[in-house]
Amino acid sequence: MESLFGVVGKDFVVVASDMSSIRSIVVLKSHEDRTRDLNSHNVLLYTGEPGDCVQFSEYIQRNVQLYSIKNDVPLNTAGCASFTRRALADSLRSRGAYQTNLLIAGWDPKDGPRLYWIDYLSSGLSVPFACQGYGGYFCYSTMDRYYHSDMTKDEAVALIKKCIAELKTRFVANLPNWQIKIIDKDGITVNVVEGSAV
Amino acid sequence: MSGYDRALTVFSPDGHLFQVEYALEAVRRGTCAVGVRGKDTVVLGVEKKSALKLQDARTVRKVNLLDSHVCLAFAGLTADGRVLVNKARTECQSHRLTVEDPVSVEYISRHIAGVQQKYTQSGGVRPFGISTLIMGVDSDKVPKLYSTDPSGTYAAWKANAIGRNAKTVREFLEKNYVADADHHDALKLAVRALLEVVQTGAKNIEIAYMTVTDAKPTVHNLDVHEIEALVNEIEKEKEAEAEKKKPTAAGSAANLASASS
Repeated sequence: MESLFGVVGKDFVVVASDMSSIRSIVVLKSHEDRTRDLNSHNVLLYTGEPGDCVQFSEYIQRNVQLYSIKNDVPLNTAGCASFTRRALADSLRSRGAYQTNLLIAGWDPKDGPRLYWIDYLSSGLSVPFACQGYGGYFCYSTMDRYYHSDMTKDEAVALIKKCIAELKTRFVANLPNWQIKIIDKDGITVNVVEGSAV
Repeated sequence: MSGYDRALTVFSPDGHLFQVEYALEAVRRGTCAVGVRGKDTVVLGVEKKSALKLQDARTVRKVNLLDSHVCLAFAGLTADGRVLVNKARTECQSHRLTVEDPVSVEYISRHIAGVQQKYTQSGGVRPFGISTLIMGVDSDKVPKLYSTDPSGTYAAWKANAIGRNAKTVREFLEKNYVADADHHDALKLAVRALLEVVQTGAKNIEIAYMTVTDAKPTVHNLDVHEIEALVNEIEKEKEAEAEKKKPTAAGSAANLASASS
């Protein structure tokens, strides 16, 4: 029932995750944080098997930190995505495969804004916009229609909000709260959009 | 004696572990490092080997960050130091992952000491030829200084020295250490202690410090000008001391006069 969205703009990436934690017919939590900041300019968003998600994401987060302490330089987005995809791939044919679908979004001085879509079978791809979860069934068409390259922050956030509105109309589960993060050269900015405020 | 230093895990008849003692010898051949703990500041100072002309000096790291709030300087075999530092860095992140808390300076010192001890009691390995000085500021906002050695001993210190001439420097520190020194005095003591053994002055000294007044724990490195300023200040103080001790010409004449009359 969880959904993630991401859109790459001119010199930033905007990502959104819903904040409802649902099991069967019960809403367990309404402000779940489905993201982990890997470093000052990279964010990982996850959906999937509950325990696997957190274990895997925190493992990646710690290894990205270890990299920057060891090498005195932060890991860039492509590096984060490569490392994550490799960790997921190695676990796939092992006793404990992680059932986690991820978006990795970040900005680095050389490559600019980047968004990576990684699924639980460890396919990984750099994309201009992406969805994870049921949201994709409804919102890829919205994104196809309104996305263009070099969007401004306002345009990109408006596109994300269009997607959220689409889910409110057509998706069976009620997802009132959304966390929107924007990553640009100045780092990560967080915004929580609640209830009917979309 | 010579039969007992071959296999590491063997005690000699008089209770020595010779490999460990030989490792301490290797430490004594390494460049000097000094640590001083003040009231709010903890300082690490290291002697930099004079730059080999063709070597890029910036790639030689003597003070290593273990985590954002702990760092380590070592004396002895550089390669062994690198391996131990990497093990410690991994442990710092591992600790954060499992316990959701950064390591305390004591914990990581205990861990490093534990690793060093393991290598004195395992088959087919030799001890690490390094002693370490570990400094950091814990969440209790108290500066800490710890030291480990090849035997795997670790302890907290107010001030310590390792490496070349460590004995001389430690004696100097014992004589001149003042409890609860402020930031500037702690830096000065570290530089003074290093100057005892580093003849060539500021360009062969590296100083790093951490202080509790920082909102987020950070390791600061003094640049060469700041170190030179401290060295000059120390030189001036030494000269002033020497002036005071020198007997004046008038004074000595008066002494002669009174002695003869």
